[in-house]
Parts: sequence; structure tokens; C-alpha cells
Amino acid sequence: MKKNLFWNWFWIFISLTYFFIPLYATFNFSLKARKGELSLLAYQQMMEDPRILRSLIFSTEIGLLTILLGLLLMVPTVYWVRLKAPRLRPVIEFISLLPFVIPAIVLVFGLIRTYSGGIFPLTNTYTGTNFLLIAGYVVIGLPYLYRSVDAGMSAIDVVTLTEAAQSLGASWPTIMLRVIIPNLRSAMLGAAFLTLAIVLGEFTVATFLVGLKAFGPVIWQVGQNRAYEASALVIVSFIITWVLMGLINYVGRRGAADGSVAAGPR
Amino acid sequence: MSFLVLEDISKVFPTAVGVEKFDLSVERGEFISFLGPSGCGKTTTLRMVAGFESPTTGKIILDGVDITDRPPNQRNVGMVFQSYALFPNMTVAQNIGFGLKIRKEPESAIKQRVAEMLALIHLEQKGNSFPHQLSGGQQQRVALARALAIRPQVLLLDEPLSALDAKIRVSLRAEIRAIQRQLGITAIYVTHDQEEALSISDRIVVMHEGKIEQVGTPFEIYNFPTTRFVANFVGSLNTAEAEVVDPQGGIVALHGIRLVSTSDLKEKRKGDKVMIAIRPERIGFIAEGEKENVFEGRVENITFLGSVVRLQLRVGETIFNMDTFNRPSLQLPGNGDTIRVTCSSKAVLVLSE
Repeated sequence: MKKNLFWNWFWIFISLTYFFIPLYATFNFSLKARKGELSLLAYQQMMEDPRILRSLIFSTEIGLLTILLGLLLMVPTVYWVRLKAPRLRPVIEFISLLPFVIPAIVLVFGLIRTYSGGIFPLTNTYTGTNFLLIAGYVVIGLPYLYRSVDAGMSAIDVVTLTEAAQSLGASWPTIMLRVIIPNLRSAMLGAAFLTLAIVLGEFTVATFLVGLKAFGPVIWQVGQNRAYEASALVIVSFIITWVLMGLINYVGRRGAADGSVAAGPR
Repeated sequence: MSFLVLEDISKVFPTAVGVEKFDLSVERGEFISFLGPSGCGKTTTLRMVAGFESPTTGKIILDGVDITDRPPNQRNVGMVFQSYALFPNMTVAQNIGFGLKIRKEPESAIKQRVAEMLALIHLEQKGNSFPHQLSGGQQQRVALARALAIRPQVLLLDEPLSALDAKIRVSLRAEIRAIQRQLGITAIYVTHDQEEALSISDRIVVMHEGKIEQVGTPFEIYNFPTTRFVANFVGSLNTAEAEVVDPQGGIVALHGIRLVSTSDLKEKRKGDKVMIAIRPERIGFIAEGEKENVFEGRVENITFLGSVVRLQLRVGETIFNMDTFNRPSLQLPGNGDTIRVTCSSKAVLVLSE
């Protein structure tokens, strides 16, 4: 028993070390902008650069919209496949893995070529380009979105819960909003977290579609000649991701609580 | 017209036939069990009544209305599942009130109905608990209350006790029956457990390979099985091949032993081979002056089964089981002894195929 406990803590320690050492090293480096002492100079200079804050806000907005669109697409799709076409699951799983095989550069050039003219000339406007960026990020986030949502649906007996709700008179939207989604909260949060993390750090698609409007290309450019500020940026983006996730979690919890109260008598 | 009519229902799956030519009329307030082994079509039939499966042919008529093509959420049929299927994100009270909320009933009416249902299942203190905080038996009672809260026209129960341990199964099935009687609701209960079906049903539908084998009261099903499958599936049974000696007198011969049966043999001819069946508990030690259906058997084994003692007898080439009540005064023969036993002519059943 004691031996097991030791190994449990040992592996936890190894995992945490693996995770925190690079983070600590980056943080430590970001504090060394002033020679010979630790200071927040890099953070101060970063805050004084208007491009950074602007790009951070832009990428966060894009990230949140990507999460929204991704979940709107994936939750009903995964639900429907599990319920009505379980034999299609391997196909969907294969499609969801394609972004791992197709490089981002291929994806972005495909998007640009397809949507620069023809019936959907999206790249002609800022809104259209931003939409393309979101669509591209949904594709890039597909493996994480699909896997999280699918794992969430595996944890609950989707088919029987649906049938139980149907026998009680519930329609499809009611089943989705009151039964399925509230029980997928953790899975959806996981998917949202991963998607946001990807969007905030993504470089290739952002560079070719919106350039320095996005946070990823800005970090890269800053990192080219201002290494301390780039490290500070990484730490700040990390903190922002966690804070946003905390907020989503908080809002999600409150929403779920309200939803479940609304779903039944008090 | 009966309250629920299943008229010539069949269900064909791409690779197999699920249900074939299923005809059944259920009266209002009746408790019907579908009994059969796995894959016999009992759950498929139940799911067709619920609306989760569409029949390939046939009609389902509920209280005079054809509901064959109605979606499940418009049938007013309550369903209890084997896996409880309680909504994990809702409390017990919210689960029970869910169907009423969907029906947009006033908050006060929902509250009152939920309280009634909680009292009915004796879980008044658990209204604010979540499903994961309850035992399996409690969860299934909540599932029952949830299905009943909407005042369904028919209550469907799909192997509701299969996931519970033996002791809770027995107490809960009595509770389900009591609640069904109290509310006078029509119920269809799917099970593969013959004891369960025999103990709670008004009538039992025994199914095999998608077809109805026999419909009858538990008494009829147990005592007068009409097919070999029913006889073997319900209770334990001694079967043996016998020869018709006198079709008019209902006499057959088993290894030279003349046995009188009350089963109808008039369509048989002398010399025909028939399958006979005798329940172990219908064989008894011979009493003074008894002459009909007396035969000898050699005791091969004796097994104590609690309230019953089972003797294994060799009668010619056939092994017969004989059950007798375990009384303190019981004087049992020893292994290898030859004893004389008897059974009534009503106990000797001649089975159709």
C-alpha cells in the first residue's frame, strides 16, 4: 500500500517537474531584462507596446468564437452519430485526425485559394478573413474537440438518457439543452481549454490570413529581437489562458446550476 | 376493444427477424410480462410500444387510437430502463418532475405530484439528493416514480431489476406490483427471469425466436405449458419420449410403464411417439392404495435445496428429478435404493412441438 503511494507521488512529481521547469525557466528569463537584477522591465515594455494588447484581445476573441463554432458543430454531430449512426464513428474519428496529417500551411493556402474568389470571396473583407481564420482554427482544433466531446458522451449513456427523456415527452432541443449538454460540461470545458490554448499560440494560419493582428505572429516577431519581452508574453498568455478557462468554468457551473434548477421543481 | 392492442406486429432487422406475427390484447390495468431468453424479441416488442422502434408491419392501438407512427414523445407511455437512466445533472425531485415540466404544468402542481411520487416510493427524504448518492434499488424506484409522474397510459419496464442484487430484486418487484395495483395502471414488464414473471404478472407472454410461444396466467404457463420450449424454459421439468398406447384413454408407455395423461391424445394414433413432461414436484412417494401412474426408480443422487429435497431417479434409461418438501419427519431413501413413486394423470403433460 505504502509502496503504491510512493510511486503515485513519484509520478506526480515527475509530471509536475516536466510541466513546470520550462515554465519556470521562461518566467525566470523574462525577469532578467535588466542586467544583473530581477525586474519586471520586460513586462513593462510589453505593456507599453500597443500591438501586443491589441493582438491578444483579437486572438482571444477569435479563440472564443472558435470554441463556440467548434462546439456548435461537434456536439450535435457526435451526439447524432452515437445515437443514429454508430457505424459512422470510425469515419468521423478518421476525419477528426486529418489535421494531424495535413500541415497548417497546406490548410491555409487551401483556404486562401478557395475563398479568394468565386462565389465566396471571403478574403476581400476583414470580417470574411476573420471568419476564415475561425473556420481554419475549428479544423485545427478538430482532433481535440472531437475527442473531448466523444469522451464526454462515452461517460454517460447517451442513448438511454435520450430515450428516457423522449418517453417523458421531451423534444430534441429540450433533450439537447436540458439533458445532454449539462452532462457534457467537463468535456466541453476540456475542449474549450485546448482550443483556446491552440488559438493563442497558433502562428502559420494567423500569419497568412491576418498577419500581426494575431497574438501568435506578434510573439514570434517580438521574439526575433526582444527575447525578454517574448518570454514575458508567453507567461502572460499562459496566465490569460488559465484565467479565461477559470471564467468559462465559473460561468459553465453557474449556467449548469441554473439549467438544472429550471429543469425541475424546487 | 382491449385497452392496448398489438396487431400482427413484426420487426425485420437487416440481418435477422426481430419479431414475427405478434398479436396481443392487453386489458386496462393488466400486468403483462414478456418472458424469454436473450434475443427472443421481447425488448424489441416493448420498444415498439414505446416508439423507439418502428414495426415493419402491423399496428399498435392504445385506447382506440392508432399510435404506430407516433414519435415516442407523443405517446404518453412511461418507461423504466434496466440502467435506471436517471438524469445525472438533476436531483431526485427534478428527475421526477422533468416530464411534468415538459408538459408545462404549473409549478405548484409539479411540486405536489413530486411529493406524492416520493411518498409512493418511500423516498420522501431524498428529494434533494443526486442519483449518484442513491443505491441501485433507490435509483430504480426514482426511475419508476419519474415514469409514473406523467400519468402514462401504459407503463413499460425493460428488465428493471436485472442490475440489482437478489434480495433487493425480490423486495422491489413486490413493490412494483403493489404500486401498479394501487394506481391501476396497465403495465408491460420484460424479463428473462421466470420466477420474476411468475410472481408478479396477471398474464405472461412466453417468447422464443421472435414468436409468441404461449400466452397465459402464471398458473397456466407453469402447470400447462403447451410447447416443449415453454415447458423447458419455465421451471424445471422432466421430459422423455413415450409411445401412445391408447389415444382415447390418454395412455402412453415409457420404458414399458403405462402412464395415464389428461392431455388430449385424440389426434394421435397408437404407436405414435410423443414427448411427455412431468414437473419434479408432481412426483411423490407412493401412498397407501395408490395404483395409477406408479413406477419404480433407482435413487442416483439426493440434493438438499433448503426447503426442498431433490431426488434423482433412474427410470429405465431416463433420469427423472423428484422434489419433495424438506420436513424434519421426512424419511429419505439411500443412494442406490429402488423406490416406488407416483404422479397424477394431470401431471403427465404431452407437449406439442
